Amino acid sequence: MAEDDDEIILSELSDEELVPQMHDDLYDGLRDEVVEGVNILLGRGWTPYDVLTKALVEGMRIVGIDFRDGILFVPEVLLAANSMKAGMAILKPLLAETGAPRLGKMVIGTVKGDIHDIGKNLVSMMMEGAGFEIVDLGINNPADSYLDALEREDADILGMSALLTTTMPYMKVVIDTLKERGLRDHYVVMVGGAPLNEEFSKAIGADAYCRDAAVAVETAKQFMARKHNQLAGAR
Amino acid sequence: MDLDDTSLSESGLAATGAATGEERILVIACGALAREILALRDLNGWTHLDLQCLPAKLHLWPDRIPDAIEAAVREARSRYARIFIGYADCGTGGLLAARCAALGVEMMAGPHCYSFFDGNDRFAARGDDEMLAYYLTDFLVRQFDAFVWKPMGLDRHPELRDMIFGNYQRLIYLAQLDDPALDAEAARCAARLGLAYERRLTGYGDLAAALAATADR
Repeated sequence: MAEDDDEIILSELSDEELVPQMHDDLYDGLRDEVVEGVNILLGRGWTPYDVLTKALVEGMRIVGIDFRDGILFVPEVLLAANSMKAGMAILKPLLAETGAPRLGKMVIGTVKGDIHDIGKNLVSMMMEGAGFEIVDLGINNPADSYLDALEREDADILGMSALLTTTMPYMKVVIDTLKERGLRDHYVVMVGGAPLNEEFSKAIGADAYCRDAAVAVETAKQFMARKHNQLAGAR
Repeated sequence: MDLDDTSLSESGLAATGAATGEERILVIACGALAREILALRDLNGWTHLDLQCLPAKLHLWPDRIPDAIEAAVREARSRYARIFIGYADCGTGGLLAARCAALGVEMMAGPHCYSFFDGNDRFAARGDDEMLAYYLTDFLVRQFDAFVWKPMGLDRHPELRDMIFGNYQRLIYLAQLDDPALDAEAARCAARLGLAYERRLTGYGDLAAALAATADR
C-alpha cells in the first residue's frame, strides 16, 4: 500500500540519514521514534555522549530556535522536551558509566511566590544535555533554599526563574543575600523568565539574562570557560 | 455596539471615532477589556471617550506589546486631546511603563488585569495565599478555548495538562458581571483543568476609577 511505502524504517537508515530524521522526530514530539533512534545509534556503537549531543541536544536546539522565532509554541516544545527526556533516560545511566565531560554544576529553581516551571525545566534539561550537573530546587524557593543548596552542592552557577512581574523582584533579594554573606563572587548568577529583560538583569546585579534555554547553555559554557582560564592563569 | 470576542482576540477593535467634544480622549486597550470599558463609558456618559483595542492575543507575546502600543499612540495622537493606555504591565517586565512614560501617556497601574479587577492593593495583599491559583476573567471564560485550551495544546495533547497546570490547585473566576451562565461556564473550565473552583465577584475594580480619573479630568 502507498502508506506503507512512505513509512520510514529507522533501522534501515544510515547514520547520516538517521540523525537528521531524529531531529525531525524530536521536532514533531514523536517520543517512541526518538527512543528507537537512540537505541539504534547505541546498537551501532555510538557513544552515549555522541548520541546525546549530536542527535538529542542538536534536535532540541533547532526546536528552541523555532520557538524563539514564533514558529513553534509551548505545546510543541513540551512534546519535544518529553521526547528528549525519554531519550535521555536511556542515556543517563550509560553516560555515568562511560564518563562524559562535566562542565560545571548549577543550582536552579523558580523564585519564592512563583510556581511556574516550564521554562526552568527546559533550561535544566538542556543544561544537563550540554554536560552540566543540575540541582533542581523546583518552585517557590526562598533565598535560603538557594544559598543552602549552593553551599551544600559546591555549585558554580545559580539559575533563577520567574514568570510573574510580581515575583521577579525576588531575584534581587537572593542576590542581595549572597552579597550580605560575602558569597556573591563565588557563583555565576543567571536569570530568566518571560517578563525579564537585559535591563532588569543588570539592575538586580545578575551576571546574565538568558532569554531561552539555548542562550542559558551558551552563557554557562562561556562563564565556565572563563573560570577555567582564570584558574589556569593563577597557577 | 455588537462586539465579537473572536475579533477582539484576533484583530482588536478600530476606534469608532464617535467621541464628541473638544477634549476627546482615546483609550487604547487590550481587546480583553473592550466590553468592560464600553460598559463604563455608557454607564458614565463619557461621550468624549473613544475606544481602540489591540488584539487580546498580543498577550501570547508580551514583548510585542510596547511596540504595538507606541505605533497606535503615534498614529492616533493628533486626533485626540489625551490618550490613556488600558494595559497594566501585562508581562512586559516594566518595558510598557517605560514606553508609556517616554510617550507621555498614562496607563493602568498594576501587574495585570487580574490584579486591577480585584483591586491592586487587595490583590497584592493576598500575596502567596493565592500562589496556586489560576485566574480567569469574564473575557477569558468566554474565550477559554481560544486563549487557554488550544494554545496550550490540550485539545490535541491532553497529556500536557500536568506539565502546564500541575502546580495549580484552584481556578478563581474573577467575575466582572454577576452572570450565572458565565459562572457555570467558569466552573466547567475548572473541571476541564482538574482544578478546584472558586468565584469572586470583582466588578470593574480599579479600572472604573482609573477611567474616571482620565475621563472626568
